[in-house]
Amino acid sequence: MVRLHGRAIYRGRARGLALVSPVAIGFLGGVDPETGVVIERGHPLYEQCIAGRVLVFPMGKGSTVGSYTLYRLSRRGLAPAAIINARSEAIVAVGAIMAAIPMVDLVDITQIATGDVVEVDGEDVIIG
Amino acid sequence: MLTCAKGLAVQRAMQMVVALAEIYEAEGLVPVASAQIAGVSYKNLGDAGLQFLEEWAAQGARVRVPAFMNPAGMDLERWREMGISPQFARQQERVVEALASMGVALTCTCTPYLVGYAPQVGEHLAWSESSAVSFANSVLAARSNREGGPSALAAAITGRTAAYGLHLLENRVATHVVEVHCRVRSEADYGALGYLVGLQVGDGVPYFRLQRQDGLEGPSQEALMALGAAMAASGAVGLYHIEGVTPEAQQGVASGTKLPTIAISDLAEGYAALNSPLDGIDFVSLGCPHSTLADIERIAALLNGKRVRATLWITTSRQVRLLAQRRGLVARIEAAGGKVFADTCLVVAPVKEMGFKAMATNSAKAAFYSPTHSGLQRRFGAMEQCIEAALTGHWPGSAHSPAR
Repeated sequence: MVRLHGRAIYRGRARGLALVSPVAIGFLGGVDPETGVVIERGHPLYEQCIAGRVLVFPMGKGSTVGSYTLYRLSRRGLAPAAIINARSEAIVAVGAIMAAIPMVDLVDITQIATGDVVEVDGEDVIIG
Repeated sequence: MLTCAKGLAVQRAMQMVVALAEIYEAEGLVPVASAQIAGVSYKNLGDAGLQFLEEWAAQGARVRVPAFMNPAGMDLERWREMGISPQFARQQERVVEALASMGVALTCTCTPYLVGYAPQVGEHLAWSESSAVSFANSVLAARSNREGGPSALAAAITGRTAAYGLHLLENRVATHVVEVHCRVRSEADYGALGYLVGLQVGDGVPYFRLQRQDGLEGPSQEALMALGAAMAASGAVGLYHIEGVTPEAQQGVASGTKLPTIAISDLAEGYAALNSPLDGIDFVSLGCPHSTLADIERIAALLNGKRVRATLWITTSRQVRLLAQRRGLVARIEAAGGKVFADTCLVVAPVKEMGFKAMATNSAKAAFYSPTHSGLQRRFGAMEQCIEAALTGHWPGSAHSPAR
């Protein structure tokens, strides 16, 4: 079991299977708000569903309207269980707060692999 | 405030402001004098945004400082004449109602500084429309970052924003010097200039040295609006200085530091990038940023009893439209077949669904966004060229050279 200590952007507790992207995610136009599936062509997570996963990626990118996509996913029950970023920026942070998705940043995301069981608790990330 | 029981929305708003302060390593929070809320158009918000705003409104969130809306996706009174569907109109009305119930004024303009919401020098603001942020910082010497729609609303509800970026004096000094060696005259010229500079400076702070132009006055208010709007579209510029023109220009260049210099000797590249090779024009859009009264006077004079062939929209604020109406300008423009719409603009209205093929505009910002936001190819040039295109249905002369 590995315990990482980060910074809580939206404090909460959640557990799930990790889905790791080595590159940034843009939510507006990048994730289908009706299904939770990544639709950006060429993205490493293309055609994967983010619903209920602990979504791990370096940072957000793209339009600021992406915050609303996270909110919309959560209203449909398709939001990630938690979000872990290397370094947060405004789009994902605002979206996580709007949607009440537990979110932590400033952790070494290279320690997490897709499929790991990961728990987010406040500013802590527990792997395994 | 984080823990007091003021309601979930207020708590979320404060969490948002605090999280942004942490992310940007702000020096704490500052009280804001006003907030300008973008993300009003249903076209951009969609059902998710509408749902979010209605949820906060239902939780009893209310703004604590003067707050006002960016343009909506339609003229709130004459939307049928714009070709807006009743379904869109109903959803748009719900967005406006949700914001209004939180206490946000129905200005529906990107030029709040023209209609009673001009900030004072040095005031901290949470504004989110990028061209308004630029004007407030650069021309009016107030201080605002380029807020997102939700974060501006959060600032309005909490009365605070994170003290980083352009709120801090040390970030208001120039990062680039722009030496302009050519003539810059029309608002389109200023837009082309802004487009070119925005591409190069990103989120920097450009300091302009304009060529002395014999017999010409300095940039008009409309020119400053066009310059800022263009740089905020092609780049992420929230503040610029013009030597001898803008109020913070003198402090804008820190002494002794050598800044990267950008030399602009001709605007042709800017015009070329913003022009599609079109001849026929079926749609002419003026008023991005929203037209001033002086703009509308010029348009009425140029139309001068003639009749347009293309659809002509002039978009402005409700207040400026009323002033124009009282002067008889709206009647003159509409007698020529043009439409003066309030509350909305080309960039946020659902024009993709309206079947236009080729647009003409005098706005570099509108020309920059229209291919992606509106699915429109476009011609970009001075107001006189745009009116001629409206009258003839064809783009006049050579667009690839600045107006002479």
